[in-house]
Amino acid sequence: MTDLAPSMGGSVHRTARAEVRLRRRYAAERRLKWYGIAAVVIALAMLLALLGSIGAKGYGAFLQTYVELEVLLDAEVIDPAGTRARQALSAADYQVLASRALYVRFPDVTQRRARRELRAIVSPGAGFALRRMVLDDPTLIGGTVTLSAPVGDDIDQLAKGAIDRSAEQGRRVSDQQIGWFDALTAAGLIETRFNAGFFATADSRQPELAGIWGATVGSLYTLVVTALLAFPIGVAAAIYLEEFAAKTRLTDVIEVNINNLAAVPSIIFGLLGLMVFIQFFGLPRSAPLVGGMVLALMTLPTIIIAGRAALKAVPPSIREAALGMGASPLQVVTHHVLPLAMPGILTGAIIGMARALGETAPLLMIGMVAFVTAVPDGITDPGTVLPVQIYLWSDSPERGFIAKASAATLVLLAFLILMNGLAVWLRKKFERRW
Amino acid sequence: MTVNLAYMPKPETAPIDATAEPGATTAKTTGANKMETRDVAVSYGGKPALHRISLDIVANQVLALIGPSGCGKSTFLRCLNRMNDPIEGCRVTGDITLDGQDIYDRRLDVVQLRARVGMVFQNPNPFPKSIYDNVAYGPRIHGFASGKDELDAIVRKSLEDAGLWKEVKDRLGEPGTGLSGGQQQRLCIARAIAVNPEVILMDEPCSALDPIATAHIEELIDELRADYTIVIVTHNMQQAARVSQMTAFFHLGDLVEHDRTEVIFTNPTDERTQGYITGRYG
Amino acid sequence: MPATVLAAVLLLLSVYGYFTGRRRAVALAGGEPRRLHSVPGYHGVFVALWCALPALVLMVLWLAVAPWLIDGLVLRTLPEGLADGGEAQVRLLMTDIRNLASGDIASRRPDPKLLDAAAHYSNLQGLSRWALFAVGTALAALGLAGARTRVTPRFRARNRVEAIVGGLLVLCSTLAIVTTFGIVLSLLFESLRFFAKVPFSEFLFGLKWSPQMALRADQVGSSGSFGAVPLFAGTVLVSLIAMAVAVPVGLLSAIYLSDYAPRRIRAAVKPALEVLAGIPTVVYGFFAILTVAPVFRDIGAFLGLNVSANSALAAGVVMGIMIVPFISSLSDDVINAVPQSLRDGSAALGATTAETVRQVVLPAALPGIVGAVLLAASRAIGETMIVVMAAGLAANLTANPFEAVTTVTVQIATLLVGDQEFDSAKTLSAFALGLVLFAATLCLNVIALRVVQRYRERYD
Repeated sequence: MTDLAPSMGGSVHRTARAEVRLRRRYAAERRLKWYGIAAVVIALAMLLALLGSIGAKGYGAFLQTYVELEVLLDAEVIDPAGTRARQALSAADYQVLASRALYVRFPDVTQRRARRELRAIVSPGAGFALRRMVLDDPTLIGGTVTLSAPVGDDIDQLAKGAIDRSAEQGRRVSDQQIGWFDALTAAGLIETRFNAGFFATADSRQPELAGIWGATVGSLYTLVVTALLAFPIGVAAAIYLEEFAAKTRLTDVIEVNINNLAAVPSIIFGLLGLMVFIQFFGLPRSAPLVGGMVLALMTLPTIIIAGRAALKAVPPSIREAALGMGASPLQVVTHHVLPLAMPGILTGAIIGMARALGETAPLLMIGMVAFVTAVPDGITDPGTVLPVQIYLWSDSPERGFIAKASAATLVLLAFLILMNGLAVWLRKKFERRW
Repeated sequence: MTVNLAYMPKPETAPIDATAEPGATTAKTTGANKMETRDVAVSYGGKPALHRISLDIVANQVLALIGPSGCGKSTFLRCLNRMNDPIEGCRVTGDITLDGQDIYDRRLDVVQLRARVGMVFQNPNPFPKSIYDNVAYGPRIHGFASGKDELDAIVRKSLEDAGLWKEVKDRLGEPGTGLSGGQQQRLCIARAIAVNPEVILMDEPCSALDPIATAHIEELIDELRADYTIVIVTHNMQQAARVSQMTAFFHLGDLVEHDRTEVIFTNPTDERTQGYITGRYG
Repeated sequence: MPATVLAAVLLLLSVYGYFTGRRRAVALAGGEPRRLHSVPGYHGVFVALWCALPALVLMVLWLAVAPWLIDGLVLRTLPEGLADGGEAQVRLLMTDIRNLASGDIASRRPDPKLLDAAAHYSNLQGLSRWALFAVGTALAALGLAGARTRVTPRFRARNRVEAIVGGLLVLCSTLAIVTTFGIVLSLLFESLRFFAKVPFSEFLFGLKWSPQMALRADQVGSSGSFGAVPLFAGTVLVSLIAMAVAVPVGLLSAIYLSDYAPRRIRAAVKPALEVLAGIPTVVYGFFAILTVAPVFRDIGAFLGLNVSANSALAAGVVMGIMIVPFISSLSDDVINAVPQSLRDGSAALGATTAETVRQVVLPAALPGIVGAVLLAASRAIGETMIVVMAAGLAANLTANPFEAVTTVTVQIATLLVGDQEFDSAKTLSAFALGLVLFAATLCLNVIALRVVQRYRERYD
């Protein structure tokens, strides 16, 4: 553009040398701008790659392949003694019944090895489902029921097209199994539908049976403990430091301390929790109670810092007005300053909670990595949380677990978006310019 | 940012139609016009801030822009070296020429323009660098000096011209932010001079200074007139009377009156001018 | 569980205390609230606080002390010969008794003597719970009754309540210090025990890290080697890679957003970068092993390089992405804090935006940016999940980013996950590593916060 500039006779700024220099300067200008754009594009591309790859791997886990079986509820297997006692019914091997239904469908499979492969088509979940049916209604024994059972993980992957059919070498599914599967498909017995179980069960050794409900409940308990501890204590500390504390050596130390604590690696809080809560106080390992306490200590500095900022934003004129009416300092805070600062404090607290929800490392330290197949009933029951569940699943070799981990990640991100959205909404709704 | 994109070269000797803009008197000027503005209007996000200002700036004279706050005089000043460009929603129309050259021409280079039309701001804003580096900054980016000696000479000359050399010659390496307010402002003037501009714009350069520092700057402005054309925005009417040869009075975005300084202060035509200089409002 | 029941009872009692205190104040004032020094509500709160607080303190103390007492009592009643195998064995024994008492499977076949001890243990535990419940309730009732008699029209209930609340506020704000002390003490205590087994110099300067201990207990300290240098080197390598990604990308984004981008782009990009900051680290780790590591391996194979499945490069790059928003938002803050007048001053001299940024804005913002980078470095060093999932466990002493390395945090996590014996050097070494990690990040944080603080003071 400079070479087109109308000539401006005369001064030092209009010499040929200045023109050349100017062109170089503008090149540098454009360069910096493009570097900046490149940086932004790289960062955003990475965000897209992350969300995209996890979304692509995860959406499959929301679906599950089921096979329809005609199962004979053989009284000989379920209740050979004929007592119909609940304990006996509950202890029986129902998986055998599901396997038999397959043998009936493929009568020419008789070899032991072939039968083992055939059995693997149906997930052990079939047995659990049959047991539930029988326990609910013992009169079914002896009759035949139609069961829509989840297929084993490998078959599920096959149904979802994640397994290469061309070469048997190094494949988790044999040609024979593919043949059976195709036969079942041709018979219209294979169905892929929404995997409701994923949202209803806890962890399992079988990918097709594993769900996130246990981890979600664990996360919920943990977060409730964190919120109940960190929010009141954090707000109280913020009020004291911002409204009452005189500027002394002690408050200086506290302040520096809080700022540093906010930057301490989270795993250190895990070590603290392990030593103090579990070793010293003897609280149960793997419990949401301890997890919540550790995360509360970790979240506390965030809440205090956000709380102080929100309190500071309330103009002093309001405090003076209330003091002038004869309110005590505490009344000034509880009646006027705190309500006005609450949206800001809440926003900070929710953001802190969202971070706690995504935290993994300190919970590993206090044993929340246990393999727990039951949904926890209380804050002292062993449990796990969503991020730890993701970690556990991502470590497993089965393809099904990788999909589960991706799906759990999507659920976790949905929760986080929800919480951050809430924080943004709060800030927008109550934002006030003084 | 929208500017007048049409490049319409017009004869430099175009007759000025005084009747075209009611209320705006066009001054009878003596020397050559360094800059001319015709029908300059500015709006911020659709809200007009300046209405059709036409004004000539005579070479080697000091033009004072006076008027109550919010009258648009600073806005006008910032149009003269396109410092309004980066402000989002700001729209400038009309023609402003420097030596007959439209400065809002798309093909004109704004960096070059600002090197030719320097600016000194209301609050002294030295860079957080040494005194030497503050002054050397402009020559360096524009590539004036071919060596250290030449740069030293430019720095020295600029500081001398700004009347600061004697005070700082032994501490050129100290940060510019460590100087007193008046010294900082003179440093900013030295910084502007070092770029070798033709016009210097000053936006209330003394408003943040004490009376003694102000007197220094006023003397300086009078001396600088020999080499530069100066436009100064000021709140202080005594200052306008002391330093300027021409004065323009702005009111609510209009140019009310523009004449030789002694005329404005002794015998204004418009009663708004009369009211302002006698202190009835402002 | 009596503790929960006690909490519920306390809640009910204090609600009752509030109303009874309030009613009494009103009654004493003869329905004429002006005769009271404080409004009735304060009398109510006063009674409620006296009801709940002492009992709560008791509850916390009890829960802290009771396990020790019970352990001691059980051990004393153990028959001769069971508990004289030294401290380690006593611990093991107690764990077994506890497991037996709670119905879990013990590590050895239950000995009838142990079963007796377990029964004794459960008895004592039950006794302790009920005693806590009884004493707690009694204390609450006592506090309620005592406080209630103090309610008179001239009683300064408001001042008393405010004093108590003020005390609670101070208590809450000292929790941060208590936490820090807790961290330092627990790390120091266990680290000292570790250094009693492994010399300090070997830990700090040793080149070989293999914490696997011998199987037999009498070999403690004889076979594992605890030279932490490979871990430090791995941590530094991964962090350097992360910073090499994050600093240019974060800083240039911040510059672009603050000095170049139109407002609309800025308004869209800033929240998007913040999304990057809100993603949990476990998700980044998952991304690293799921996507980034395979891609790097393929690229490496294409170029004829041998990139290991768990490479320092993959972990570092992903960690860098995680840190980008951290650096960009902190730098954006400090760059925006550089006064507009400096930018105007530079522009008025005919500088281009790039010249203004490079020669005026960045030098002015430098301390703040340095602070941001230091804080980010401390983040990178302390980051756990990404490296646990993507960097691997092999303690290689290497500067090759294509190899697997391990870091301090990875070792802490792996050493402490699963069953722990708090006497083995293997477990204790995790605390020594934690101490080093804590000290290193603390130094970085203190310096960074200082620098940032100074910088803020300059422009505020």
